Amino acid sequence: MERLRRTMLFMPGNNPSMLQNSGILGADSIILDLEDAVSITEKDSARILVRNAVKNIDFYDTELVVRVNPLSSDFGMEDVDVIGRAKPDVLMIPKATEEDIEMVCEILTKIEEEEGFEKGSIKLFPLIETAYGVENVYSIIQSSTRIIGILLGAEDLTADLSIKRTREGKEIFYARSKIATACRACKVDAIDTPFADMDDLEGFVADIQTAKSLGLTGKAAINPRQVDTIHEVFAPSKEEITHAQRVIYAMEEAKKEGKGVFSLDGKMVDAPIITRAQNTIIKAKLAGLI
Amino acid sequence: MNIKTPAKAGTMESNDIYVMVKPNDEGGIVIDLESIVMKQFGKQIEKVILNTLKDLGIDNIYVMAKDRGALDCTIQARIETAVKRGM
Repeated sequence: MERLRRTMLFMPGNNPSMLQNSGILGADSIILDLEDAVSITEKDSARILVRNAVKNIDFYDTELVVRVNPLSSDFGMEDVDVIGRAKPDVLMIPKATEEDIEMVCEILTKIEEEEGFEKGSIKLFPLIETAYGVENVYSIIQSSTRIIGILLGAEDLTADLSIKRTREGKEIFYARSKIATACRACKVDAIDTPFADMDDLEGFVADIQTAKSLGLTGKAAINPRQVDTIHEVFAPSKEEITHAQRVIYAMEEAKKEGKGVFSLDGKMVDAPIITRAQNTIIKAKLAGLI
Repeated sequence: MNIKTPAKAGTMESNDIYVMVKPNDEGGIVIDLESIVMKQFGKQIEKVILNTLKDLGIDNIYVMAKDRGALDCTIQARIETAVKRGM
């Protein structure tokens, strides 16, 4: 985990006002969207606007992601070529397959050579939003070392599965679990689908907690108002941090005494508990909590 | 180089600029600009429009632009889009 990616906030790609202010909204990453947020007649306009924004606007420490159109559409390939040359941090690839990732990597490698960018410096974030994507998520992640995370797109996924999307989200339990596990196995981030109802705070918090409990590491947001709530739920609690610090301290003391196994508060501490404590400390440090 | 047909890009929303372009049969570049910050930045906006047209290789064009406080990179983007649409 190189950087904190608790929130990825979508911003419509053809709206100059939103683009120019997106670096100050507090999200860990912003996604300048050329796909669903842009009407079919404005795809050319948004592509040029986003290219200029990536080149000229200061987004401060916010990670800059651009969601291009699907490669199978009339716009996807040109999006990759034009936006790649502006060098955002990450390209997000909708409805990604292994073939799509390979194709994008070829174009990016060529761009990096031609423009003098560091090889492999433009990262990829596949969007898993089809039944095929869910079933093949591990293989999709493995298809390129540029991939730093996966975003689950539940609206398109449930449409593909011909099932209803609900407030409780039971229908995406399998997809969430599968993506969280595959991402953990490949050491990349697993980002949960956005929550659409802005007036349902209780449902929103429950939705983030469910995602966190299944192993997802962050959540996409569609409104700046959602950012703080997601950060609060994903941050390690004070108790978790204190416990993790005590585990690490006890481990170091045990090492000094030459003990392999030790106990804390009467409970045996073994490798998984130490790993969890170390992960909590890393997250807390990245979030500036310690 | 000239554009072939009239075209437009941008919106009248805040921080954007609405641009309409058409071929200029009399030759040269004509810019008709309105802006909410005309007094402070009118000359700078015209310069950005002119430089963008030069970079695109356009010599003969009529540009009507209504600015709503757009950044330079937005002005450049909208001009480029309108010109490419008019090609």
